[in-house]
Amino acid sequence: MLLREVGYARPGSLGEAIELLVADDGARALAGGQTLINVMKARASSPDTLIDLSRIEELKGIDLDADGTLRIGAMATYTEILESSEARARPILGDVCAQIADVQVRNRGTIGGNICTNDPTNHLPPLLVALDAQMTIHGAGGERTVSATDFFLGVYMTAVGQGELLTAITVPAGRADGFAAVTLGVEGTCIVSAAASVNGGVRIALGCVDAVPVLLEPATADADAVRAAVRDANLDPPSDVHASSEYRSHLAEVLAVRALDSASENRVSEKRS
Amino acid sequence: MEAGTVSSARSISVTINGTTYEREVEARKLLVHFIRDDLDLTGSHIGCDTGNCGACSVIVDGTLVKSCMMLAVQADGSTVETVEGLADGEELSKLQQAFSSHHALQCGYCTPGMLMSATALLRSNPKPSEDEIKKGLQGNICRCTGYWNIFAAVKAASSE
Repeated sequence: MLLREVGYARPGSLGEAIELLVADDGARALAGGQTLINVMKARASSPDTLIDLSRIEELKGIDLDADGTLRIGAMATYTEILESSEARARPILGDVCAQIADVQVRNRGTIGGNICTNDPTNHLPPLLVALDAQMTIHGAGGERTVSATDFFLGVYMTAVGQGELLTAITVPAGRADGFAAVTLGVEGTCIVSAAASVNGGVRIALGCVDAVPVLLEPATADADAVRAAVRDANLDPPSDVHASSEYRSHLAEVLAVRALDSASENRVSEKRS
Repeated sequence: MEAGTVSSARSISVTINGTTYEREVEARKLLVHFIRDDLDLTGSHIGCDTGNCGACSVIVDGTLVKSCMMLAVQADGSTVETVEGLADGEELSKLQQAFSSHHALQCGYCTPGMLMSATALLRSNPKPSEDEIKKGLQGNICRCTGYWNIFAAVKAASSE
């Protein structure tokens, strides 16, 4: 399909990219393009200008600090994350990236693109909320940090404003994490997803049941407490051809417990190792 | 044209199957259209044009991608491999021969993408298990064969 005519720039530095985005309200960042290019084919979105982030070194790389904190550049691809020895410090990241779409998409799709798109069916928004990740955002005024909990604002909307770029995702140390989803076909689009983390407090984030991930923090990591927390959240998920609202509510409860069980197993194996 | 300035068309240089092509392309042009329409390399197919079917799969700088989800301008300076580069003249690659021997195609529409995905898989994993073959071809849809002969062909082409 032919895209609408579009301007294109391939800046070599973060500063240059921000300048280009600030200068043009119709400019949009192009990360891996595995969503945006298709959206442009359908003309659901037609940016005037694409700012290609692929040659900006500041957005690349996966670094592991001595205290176990991971800093993942926004342009790290799913494949880079699942193959990275540094990212194995938080194994759930690679485990979930390995479930996204297929080899080709994993080779080009990026963590930054996944979360900035904030499609409610994407895997990484609920996961990063459960992991209590921090997002670094650069704009003309400098740098700011937003927690994952405050990052997702609505369907396709995040805290990254026009003229700004997500540059990195910082994930604290921990291993007791789990993820569970019911998908369209094996490793397809999520119908409902749940991510759990029991490093310290219990954090469970549900995907596909609201415009943004729904964070639950039950007092204890037992299945009954988690089920009660899901029910108390009074979810009102959307209905579509794949699942009714009632079925999504049911799945949310089931998957929250599965994600929690998986997180608890990982905590046990962490103690053993 | 400087890389950092905005333009709706630019001159790019792409090396495909060993030949370097320099062309002026519109920024909106998909890589698959550049390969097929501008260079007349029509082996890479367009099946769905939505990133689902994998018929347009090519290898860019060693990485398997769907060329309908990448702009031609993004391939500037890259080395691209398409299905036309697999055979050595009339001599089929081991993988192509295995597809033929195992009847791994019927209509053949998905075959160029299947071959590129299997080529990328066997490079990174010369002896894949059946599950790894399935996972490696997950991004390629075939509506004729039921996949089994394709898996058998890839298995046969993997090093024994």
